[in-house]
Amino acid sequence: MPENGKAFGLIAEFETAADVLHAAESVRNAGFRRWDVFTPFPVHGMDKAMGMKNSKVGWFSFLGGVTGYTSGMLMIWWMNAVDYRLVIGGKPMFSPFGAFPPSYELTILLGAFGALFGMLFLNRLPRLHHPLLKHRRFSSVTHDRFFVVIETADPKYSETETRKLLEQAGSRHIELVEE
Amino acid sequence: MAEAVTSLKLQAPPAELEREPLVANRRSFGWISDQVSALVEGKTPRWWWIAFVPSFLALCMLGAMLTYQISTGVGVWGNNHPVMWGWDIINFVWWIGIGHAGTLISAILFLLRQRWRTAVNRAAEAMTIFAVMCAGIYPAMHVGRVWYDWFLLPVPTSNGAWPQFRSPLMWDVFAVSTYFTVSVLFWYVGLIPDLAVIRDRAKTKLRKFLYGLFALGWTGSNRHWSNYEKAYLILAGLATPLVLSVHSIVSLDFAVSQLPGWHTTIFPPYFVAGAVYSGFGMVLTLLVPLRKWCKLEDIITMRHIDLMCKVTLATGSIVGYAYFMEYFIAWYSGNPYERFTFFMRLFGPYWYGGWAMLMFNAFVPQLFWFKKCRTNLVVVFIISILVNVGMWFERFVIVVGSLYREFLPTNWGFYTPTWVDVCTYIGTFGLFLTCFLLFMRFLPMIAISEVKGVTPQADPHHPLGGAKTGGHH
Repeated sequence: MPENGKAFGLIAEFETAADVLHAAESVRNAGFRRWDVFTPFPVHGMDKAMGMKNSKVGWFSFLGGVTGYTSGMLMIWWMNAVDYRLVIGGKPMFSPFGAFPPSYELTILLGAFGALFGMLFLNRLPRLHHPLLKHRRFSSVTHDRFFVVIETADPKYSETETRKLLEQAGSRHIELVEE
Repeated sequence: MAEAVTSLKLQAPPAELEREPLVANRRSFGWISDQVSALVEGKTPRWWWIAFVPSFLALCMLGAMLTYQISTGVGVWGNNHPVMWGWDIINFVWWIGIGHAGTLISAILFLLRQRWRTAVNRAAEAMTIFAVMCAGIYPAMHVGRVWYDWFLLPVPTSNGAWPQFRSPLMWDVFAVSTYFTVSVLFWYVGLIPDLAVIRDRAKTKLRKFLYGLFALGWTGSNRHWSNYEKAYLILAGLATPLVLSVHSIVSLDFAVSQLPGWHTTIFPPYFVAGAVYSGFGMVLTLLVPLRKWCKLEDIITMRHIDLMCKVTLATGSIVGYAYFMEYFIAWYSGNPYERFTFFMRLFGPYWYGGWAMLMFNAFVPQLFWFKKCRTNLVVVFIISILVNVGMWFERFVIVVGSLYREFLPTNWGFYTPTWVDVCTYIGTFGLFLTCFLLFMRFLPMIAISEVKGVTPQADPHHPLGGAKTGGHH
């Protein structure tokens, strides 16, 4: 590996889902914090193997939904009963029943935007430059390979020890990734 | 104890009880990427051009028809007193109904853990989006003075008035626009990992840049997958009540009025079942030939076709039940106007519409009870087309069949579509097919990462996934 660039981390390649799952378990048990697993599809049980907590996307979606429903109801009440009063069939100026369908749709609309933008925010995407995306072998992550990456920024990182750990986990291909 | 359990070898189940795998011929991850990406990367096949040229010409005709309609007036259509809703509303309901199968496949089957959906969901969602685009044209044009369409939106205008939110037509604006937006979001979220697949395979700079831009820098990180899967689950959970609401609200456009044939409480569930039914018809019409032309038989297997036929059968039977109920209630209500309308459906001047809808929607799908029919692709293809013909006639019967003979005989009349109606309808097929063909040429039409996820080698507890000991731990 050329020494001119700063190292981003160690990348270890695995060939099967079971191998990478077990490797993740041993990296988790070793107490690393700044590391990640890269897979072509979500591997079942990986969140547990990495010791991750439940995703927080739901809160963003919930906030979006609440905003959608309240703004829908308030908008319709203000428009049809306050700002420009419309008498329709002699009925009350505002009825939550008539206002429900549009508010319901707005709940779903903003809830969906909340889920999308919440996911992108939590993942810090879009991020079009990433050290891994420049790495030669990493492009097979979307094809059929599995990777474990431990960043140099991790307090427990040491080039020899970490490499040994990944070797013990069963990786036959370990490289240093440039920043 | 555990030792004793692992040492006992269980007998393999008999061959006839083995489930057919979702991806046939034990295809590898790499094969799935290669096979699906080949459509996006390879040379344009000749059949694609043969399909594209007439589709694009039809799209141009749509443009010409709409220009003619806008510049001349809504009178170029056959709509006139008493049938003020003609082919425009029929086709609006027809197209938006077709869209519903895409959302059913992508959202409801996802929540129900039907793993077979992964092979067809991308194409079905694309179908949804393009069908909703075709549908949206009609109400926008139907208002006559198209340049006032923006009055439908709750934006400040110089006359100081706001939209009237008690009208189901206003609810429709919100339902259809939300449906379109959420369908696009859902589709795009599903596409992100697959755009990364194409990005990583790209040979030219331009492709790498464009696919990379829309892949948003996806790396396949598990910390990302975790949020991604949660977002996908939530989107599925939101799209499910949404799709049920959209056609319910479309049906309320009719049911809220006082007209016999429209004023029924059965309409919302009846419309939703019919929508899903017609959508599955369209999915089968598209995928039965495409799986062959695109060499995707190992991904969209005969089992997938079989399952889709069964959904068609189930929803077709619900539609048949709804027809029966409508007739029963019309008779049981004792209301002479109601009885008259339903009598005229089968024995009036438009008798052919009533019989076509009964035959094609209630009886033809019953053929799918037979395995011989579900496994014969020619039969499946023909039935899938009849489904959509039947569903078109259903909307014809509901719209025209209820309007042309209402309470007062002085209000009776007939409806004939003009050539502009016909050409506009053909034109929407042009829009639909042009969009669909461009989609399948430039975007992966199979959800690559999802299909990889349902193969046995994706399961870390399966021997093919690299598990040293069998069974779950």
